[in-house]
Amino acid sequence: MSLDILVCVKRVPAPGAKVPLTEDGRDIDTRHLGFTIGPHEECAVEEAVRLVDKHGGSATVLAAGPPEVAEQVRYALAMGANQGVVVDTGEDELDPQATAAAIVHAVGELDTSFDLIMVGNESADAGHYQVGVRVATELGRPVVGGIKGIDVLDGSVRLRRDVGSATEVYELPLPAVVAVKEGLNLPRYPSLPGRLKAKKAQLRTVSYRPEPGGLRKIRLRQPEDNRAESVLLGHGAAAAPAVVDVLEELGVC
Amino acid sequence: MLILAVKVDEHPAWADAVGVARGLTDDVHAVVFDASAVDELPKQGIRVAHVVEHEVLGDYAPEAYGEALAQLVKQVQPSAVVAPGSEKGNEVLAHLAARAGLPLAANCTQVGGTGRPWQLTRIRGGGMLLEDAELDASCGLFTVQPGAGPSNGTAPVDAVDVHRFTPELAAELARTRVVDRAEREAGVSLATAEVVVSGGRGVGSADGYKTLEELAELLGGAVGCSRVATNNGWRPHSDQVGLTGTKIAPKLYIACGISGATQHWVGCMDAKAILAVNTDPEAPMMTRSTYSVVGDLHEVLPAVIDEIRARGRVDQASG
Repeated sequence: MSLDILVCVKRVPAPGAKVPLTEDGRDIDTRHLGFTIGPHEECAVEEAVRLVDKHGGSATVLAAGPPEVAEQVRYALAMGANQGVVVDTGEDELDPQATAAAIVHAVGELDTSFDLIMVGNESADAGHYQVGVRVATELGRPVVGGIKGIDVLDGSVRLRRDVGSATEVYELPLPAVVAVKEGLNLPRYPSLPGRLKAKKAQLRTVSYRPEPGGLRKIRLRQPEDNRAESVLLGHGAAAAPAVVDVLEELGVC
Repeated sequence: MLILAVKVDEHPAWADAVGVARGLTDDVHAVVFDASAVDELPKQGIRVAHVVEHEVLGDYAPEAYGEALAQLVKQVQPSAVVAPGSEKGNEVLAHLAARAGLPLAANCTQVGGTGRPWQLTRIRGGGMLLEDAELDASCGLFTVQPGAGPSNGTAPVDAVDVHRFTPELAAELARTRVVDRAEREAGVSLATAEVVVSGGRGVGSADGYKTLEELAELLGGAVGCSRVATNNGWRPHSDQVGLTGTKIAPKLYIACGISGATQHWVGCMDAKAILAVNTDPEAPMMTRSTYSVVGDLHEVLPAVIDEIRARGRVDQASG
C-alpha cells in the first residue's frame, strides 16, 4: 500500500562538553552552538524515506518553532523527504501542550490526510516525553512510543520496541502515530545533489501562536558535578601496572 | 491532600515516585493494574490501593491505562498523580495527561508546594541541565526521575485497604496493546554490567574493538561505544552509551578514545569510577574522569591485558 507519512522534527542545539546558559538562566546560550535535528527524529526521517521508497507515497517533514527551523526541514529534504512545512510559532520555547497544539493545527491546514505520523520518542533538549501522545490523542489515533522496528502491513503497522530485557510487539491500525527511538535504522548522510535540491525547495509556512499550557519554565541550571579532579595514572603502555592496581582496588579484577 | 502513585511495571523508580509523593503528603494511595502487586504495598507503608480491572487491561495497553487513570482521577479527585520516570511510566502519564487535558512534568527530581502552582525541578537532555518550573493545574501530573526519591525508608503497615475500580473502556482501546513479547538473548547486558569497556572515535574501526572485547571479557564486563561508533557502523546501536542510547551506572566505566560530549557524558556520569584513555589530555572525558591515562588506546589496552594475565599467573603459581 502507498503511504503518506508526516515526520515531525525538532531543531535542537548541538552542545559540546558543556551546555552554556544565557545570563538570566532562562535558556541555553546558542550564540556559539550549531543546531541539529534530534537523533530520534533523524531516524524517523530516514525510516519515512525508506518506507516511501518501498511502498510508494510521500514523506512530508514538519518542524514547529522559530523561522530558523527551516534549516532542519531542509536537512530532512536533503535526506530524501518530499515536502517541507515550517510551523512558525515565534521565538519563545513552547511547553509540550502548546507544541502539540501547533502540530495539530498545522496537520489540519495541510491537504494530505497522513496514514502515518512519526515523531521522536522525546526531544533531545527538553525531553518532555508527551508531544506524540498528545498529538495522537487529539487526532483520535493510536500511538506507541520507543519504537525500534516498523513493518507496514495492509492497513496496519507492526511495531517493535525493547523494554527491559524483553521485546514487545504492537500492531496498530492505520492511520496511526509512532514515536521512534535512535537505533531504528542508521540515517544516511545527505548527498550533494540532495542538499542542492533541498536548498531550492519551496517550504510551506503555517504561522500559529498556540495558547500556553500549564507547565512554565522558570530557569535552567547546570547540575552539580562533585567528582574530584582526575588522577593521572601515566602515559602509554607504561601506565598498565598503575591501571591494574586501580582495577584491583575497585575489585573488578 | 491525596496523591495517587501509579505502578505500571516492575521498574525500581516506583519507589522513588512513592518517596516524592510521601514528601508532599501522608495520604498516598497506590494504583496498580495487577492485583498481585498489592502484596508488597504494606512494606512501603501504603494503606490504600486502587486495583484497576478490565478485560482490555489484560496485557500492557498504554492508551487504555491512560483512559482508566483519567476516569479514576475524575472519581477520586487527587491533588496529584505521580509515576516512575521509566519508559512506561512516562508513556502512561502522557496518555493520562492528553486525555484529561492536564499538563505533565516528566522526570522530576523534586516536587514542592501544594498545587496552584506546584514548584518542581526536572531534568532536561537526560541530565545535561536541570529545569526549575511551575505547574499549574487542578491535578498535578509528575513522573519521578529514577534515583531521585528520598533514601530514608518508611515504616511498614499491617494491611492494605483494597478498592477495586472498573473503568468503562471502549473495545477500540485494545488497539494499542502488546500482541507479542519475546525475551532478548541473555549475556552480560550493557545496562547492568559492573564494568563497561567503551570505545569512541579513537578506536578507528570495527576491528579495533577486538581489544576492548578482550578486556571486557577478562573483567566480566560489557562493551559499549559512543554515537560516533554507531554512526560509522562499527558497533550496533544496542552498544551505544548516552542520551539516545543506554544510560548506565557501572562500578567502572573505561572510556577509550571518547572525547566526552555532553550527550555521551549523561549516559555514563552515574558510573562510580571512570577511567579515561585518550591521546588528548584536554579531552573533556579526561578532565571529568576519576582516573586517566594519556596515550593511544591501541597501546595502553594490550599492555593492561598483559598485566592482568601476568598477575593472574603469579596468583595461580603462589596460590
